[in-house]
Amino acid sequence: MATTYRIPVADEDLPGALRAFLQAVLSLPDINAVLAPGQLPMKNTVMPMLVSDPEQLAVADPLAPYFPLNGAKLVSRLTRKPSGGKIAAVLRSCEIRAFVELVKLHQGIREDVLIVGIDCLGALNNTDYARFAGEAATEETTRRFYRSVLDGDGGDFDETALASACQACELPTPEGADIGLALFGVNTRQEILAETKTDAGEAALERLELEAAETPAGRADAVRSLVARRKVFRDAMFKRTQEATGTLEDLTRYLAGCVNCYNCRVACPVCYCRECVFVTDVFDHEPDRYLRWAERRGAMKMPTDTVFYHLTRLAHMSTACVGCGQCSNACPNDIPVMELFRATAAQTQAAFGYHPGRSLEERPPLSEFREDEFSEVVGIEG
Amino acid sequence: MTDFEPTIIAFVCNWCTYTAADLAGTSRLAYPKNVRLIRVMCTGMIDPQYVIKALLEGADGVLVSGCHPGDCHYINGNFKARRRIKLLKEILPRFGFEPQRLRLTWIGASDGIQFAETMNKLAAQVRKLGPSQAKLKMVI
Ligand code: SF4
Ligand code: SF4
Ligand code: FES
Repeated sequence: MATTYRIPVADEDLPGALRAFLQAVLSLPDINAVLAPGQLPMKNTVMPMLVSDPEQLAVADPLAPYFPLNGAKLVSRLTRKPSGGKIAAVLRSCEIRAFVELVKLHQGIREDVLIVGIDCLGALNNTDYARFAGEAATEETTRRFYRSVLDGDGGDFDETALASACQACELPTPEGADIGLALFGVNTRQEILAETKTDAGEAALERLELEAAETPAGRADAVRSLVARRKVFRDAMFKRTQEATGTLEDLTRYLAGCVNCYNCRVACPVCYCRECVFVTDVFDHEPDRYLRWAERRGAMKMPTDTVFYHLTRLAHMSTACVGCGQCSNACPNDIPVMELFRATAAQTQAAFGYHPGRSLEERPPLSEFREDEFSEVVGIEG
Repeated sequence: MTDFEPTIIAFVCNWCTYTAADLAGTSRLAYPKNVRLIRVMCTGMIDPQYVIKALLEGADGVLVSGCHPGDCHYINGNFKARRRIKLLKEILPRFGFEPQRLRLTWIGASDGIQFAETMNKLAAQVRKLGPSQAKLKMVI
């Protein structure tokens, strides 16, 4: 049974209220550390930090519109084997979903982390963040951002500045968390609402001595209208992408700037292989093979295997794509990788009725089968 | 019709379809010589990557063929293969590959006749589709 508690906000200081809350979580006897975005003292930026000293949570900045990497991989690192302890991790919805996918592949232990999810306000691409932040202190940048978004008036920031992955995200609430922190439809000048979503979340919140609260009536509507806007953006993005990649020639044009650096798969939280086949000896072709290939076609772009790489990655992981956009964020050549992967993923996920990250009970589609299914793909008729 | 002769790459499992191909051969049944067989131990070991590679290298058609349901020598490799073919049939047509260029069949060890018939039909179908887009274009 979900319970809702109230986290008071003083002086409209949302990050302050969140820090106090995280400090309380860290004070729980079974929580050894908190993983949360924190301001780097040496630069005006934010990176995930593993904090064990409650005082150090003073730098936590979970609402910063900066999303340099998908934290699922970090939580996987921290929980891939039992550590004898437990962490609390502040994660965005797409990070939670990616982590759930990794747990299914035995690359993380769900029980070893208390997931604190926050309604996701979205983030900017890395380069856009730097421009938006300018010389201002991180604290101030974050405040400018969340106030414009939550007040809904745009202020000096509007939704179209968000990364396209965020503008297309139809799952902004942290459904897979143990504790969900609600901002949408909540009077955030005065409070944040903490909702328990699992027994572990319930057990943790019970001990924090927070005041019980009711979810405001307007919350469901606020989320619904946000999601509706996102879906409009998403569907237009799918259409645009499909039109731009409908033939092999189009796809080749779409990927023309790709230099096979593989940053996109390094950044991808659900590219689960410990070693990608594209960096193994299999693709360390003999020099004479290159020459033979070039001779056959007359000319061949180097490095080779670019389209092959992307199509293979689509086959291997698109059913698990959570749409976090880190592939695009990581691309040095501004290739809209996320658009391509999400558009394809929408189709492959629908084909298997699969929702990545929704539940640990749902097996990855390529790890199981049924005897009576997909008979339409067998045979040479049709 | 044109004199276009398609290249078809057929991934066949050792225990059923390859044996059927062998039988077709020893029974002197004719099937198109442009079908190139790649013998694998089981269709369950065919990574989607193999199919993609074959198509990008200019194969006009790809066939994956293994044992009938229940007959797979590794119990359920053919069911896993079917999911992968399903997956590829969702992905590849998005990029202009006609779904008919990729086929999955079950052909048992004693089905030499069926093997030859399937290959003939497949070649005719692919011939009708014409050369693959990958053959015509510079693919990066
Ligand atoms: S493919 Fe891109 S959008 Fe999808 S999960 Fe990986 S990094 Fe995120
Ligand atoms: S990050 Fe960009 S350039 Fe690098 S492999 Fe991915 S798409 Fe290609
Ligand atoms: S052994 Fe023939 S399909 Fe598995």
